[in-house]
Amino acid sequence: MSVHPTSNQFKGNVHQALGNAKLQQAMGFVRTGFIDKRKAAADRLPEFEALRDNAREIKDHVLAHLDLYLERYEKKATEAGGQVHYARDAAEARNLILDICRRVEAKTVTKGKSMIAEEIGLNAHLEAAGIEPIETDLGEYIIQLRGEIPSHIIAPAVHVTQDQVESDFRRVHTHLDPARDLSEPSSLLAEARGVLRERFLKADVGITGANFLIAETGTSIIVTNEGNGDLTQILPRVHIVLASIEKIVPTLEDVSQILRVLARSATGQEMSVYTTFSTGPRRKGDPDGPEEYHVVLLDNGRSAMLGGEFEEMLRCIRCGACMNHCPVYHAVGGHAYGWVYPGPMGAVLTPSLIGVDKAGHLPNASTFCGRCESVCPMRIPLPKMMRSWREREFERNLAPATVRSGLGLWAFFARRPRLYGLATNLAMKALTWAGRKKGRFTWLPLAGGWTQYRDFAAPQGETFQAKWKRERGSK
Amino acid sequence: MTARADILANIRRSLGVAASERMRVQAVEDRIERSPRGVIPARGQVDPVARRDLFKAQAEGVQATVEVVANAKDVPEAVARYLRERNLPATARIGADPVLVAMPWEDTAIEVAHGKSEGRDLNAVSRAVAGVAETGTLVLHSGGDNPTTLNFLPDNHIVVLKAGEIVGDYESVWSKLRMTFGKGELPRTVNFITGPSRSADIEQKLQLGAHGPRNLHIVIVEK
Repeated sequence: MSVHPTSNQFKGNVHQALGNAKLQQAMGFVRTGFIDKRKAAADRLPEFEALRDNAREIKDHVLAHLDLYLERYEKKATEAGGQVHYARDAAEARNLILDICRRVEAKTVTKGKSMIAEEIGLNAHLEAAGIEPIETDLGEYIIQLRGEIPSHIIAPAVHVTQDQVESDFRRVHTHLDPARDLSEPSSLLAEARGVLRERFLKADVGITGANFLIAETGTSIIVTNEGNGDLTQILPRVHIVLASIEKIVPTLEDVSQILRVLARSATGQEMSVYTTFSTGPRRKGDPDGPEEYHVVLLDNGRSAMLGGEFEEMLRCIRCGACMNHCPVYHAVGGHAYGWVYPGPMGAVLTPSLIGVDKAGHLPNASTFCGRCESVCPMRIPLPKMMRSWREREFERNLAPATVRSGLGLWAFFARRPRLYGLATNLAMKALTWAGRKKGRFTWLPLAGGWTQYRDFAAPQGETFQAKWKRERGSK
Repeated sequence: MTARADILANIRRSLGVAASERMRVQAVEDRIERSPRGVIPARGQVDPVARRDLFKAQAEGVQATVEVVANAKDVPEAVARYLRERNLPATARIGADPVLVAMPWEDTAIEVAHGKSEGRDLNAVSRAVAGVAETGTLVLHSGGDNPTTLNFLPDNHIVVLKAGEIVGDYESVWSKLRMTFGKGELPRTVNFITGPSRSADIEQKLQLGAHGPRNLHIVIVEK
């Protein structure tokens, strides 16, 4: 991977994020919005839960037969005139794409939104070779101007406020009138539309991701609201699709099932504005469309996830519902996660792709409230998998010494119920006495991490176990 | 070993399977051959009139505008009126769709151009091959009749749809396209279009007219 991960500095990232007023202002828009809209869309469709079940079954079936579906997809895509390339890792994918761009002497490349392109660090690689990549999704365009990576998988610039966008546009679009009015989101959008329209028409190659690949027809699918992905793929001479191997779906009927849960879970739309099915290059008699159509299929660690305890993560359709509903994501934003994929799905996927040694902190960034799993359209058991990563982190001695000794101490008492009862009783009495005046603590030994941000409530009376015994005993 | 062979071998190793297992091959062939329909929302499974009304309501719900005319010959006048009411120039780019071309455009002041768009057209008229009632979605596909560039480059996209081509669900679209192109085959591009282009990338505030058309107007032809 070439986006340098800072996931191992998660704690430091979090402190910065919590202290960043602009970020906290921007994240306020995430906490509202997404959640209500998703719920309203789900409630409007009585079949929504049944569709989630079916979507899960379709993807499980695909994963169990992934080798065969890939072969089938490749055969159909090739028959349609497409060229299918396989890439074991990020470096292979980057080079395959660069080779195509070089062969057609590309100067500029337009890009639709693609998380896989972020995963392999494509832009930096093209730039280093003298080819200019132009992000065309509004959010991606904004963060490209800012030199950032996405902080959300479907709303990449969700951490940026409107006034920040305005100052970025003024800084970069110096050919436009400095006195122009950019006070409304609509004028910002109109400016981006105008600037990017020229780039679309002149681009030599268009690169998009794929939400799905269909084995039945050899088709790639993109789902967008802006229409940028379509302009990216129909105007240039060459269209390159970059997709990971698990994007396969058997048939057009199967993808229709999953499409019904995708937009509803993501933005609360019943359907995104543009769902585009592309099969091969321009046909005989077509007045428009690309002359070459390439698909780069990326593995990058996914084949190793099959058959293991994180296989279910490969059902993910990148809707973003898990992060939209995550209290930890709401508090710290996406960049704190330190790599391409944030939120609960990132906390599970990142250690699989870059290693638990580099991303072991991420699965700890969860309160296990379970909201992510409850809204995941593919019913991925995210909390269970975060728990599995925590166990692995512990087994591999990657957890910090304080955590390990704390857990060791707790385990010592937990295995000795009488001693545990005695100790907690004593502690309870001591804390009740010590906190009798204020009813709370602003500082406690060994609990500075807690009391630095909030008070610790003083216990009232007795332990849960004692209370349980008393109430049960009285019956 | 090529990347392809390596990746396929890795998948098989992880799954603990061999490529040649007949049961697995059969399961894949069966699924693609049978193309089972899954859960179909009941909302679209209604009679043709209710289906048309649902399509209209759903399309309007995503900020498309919809007009119903009685006959194909009424379409040019409806388009002319739409452009006039919005103070848009009386121009339209149309592909080579025989149904559209046969309409009496010469009875209006509209200056008609043909072929793909180079990015300088304000208005375009296309014909959809289907409308999907469940979400107010239009279905168009590539080809000389309706160039794909017309769907995305102009500011105002006007789409003509026959009422009889409105179906209840996406699955019915696939059945229909298979009648034209054959099972397992699709044209280069199939576009599902649900409302005009939009973005909420700035502070989650919805703005219409991102990179695609700012306005989507649907003319439903009754007969």
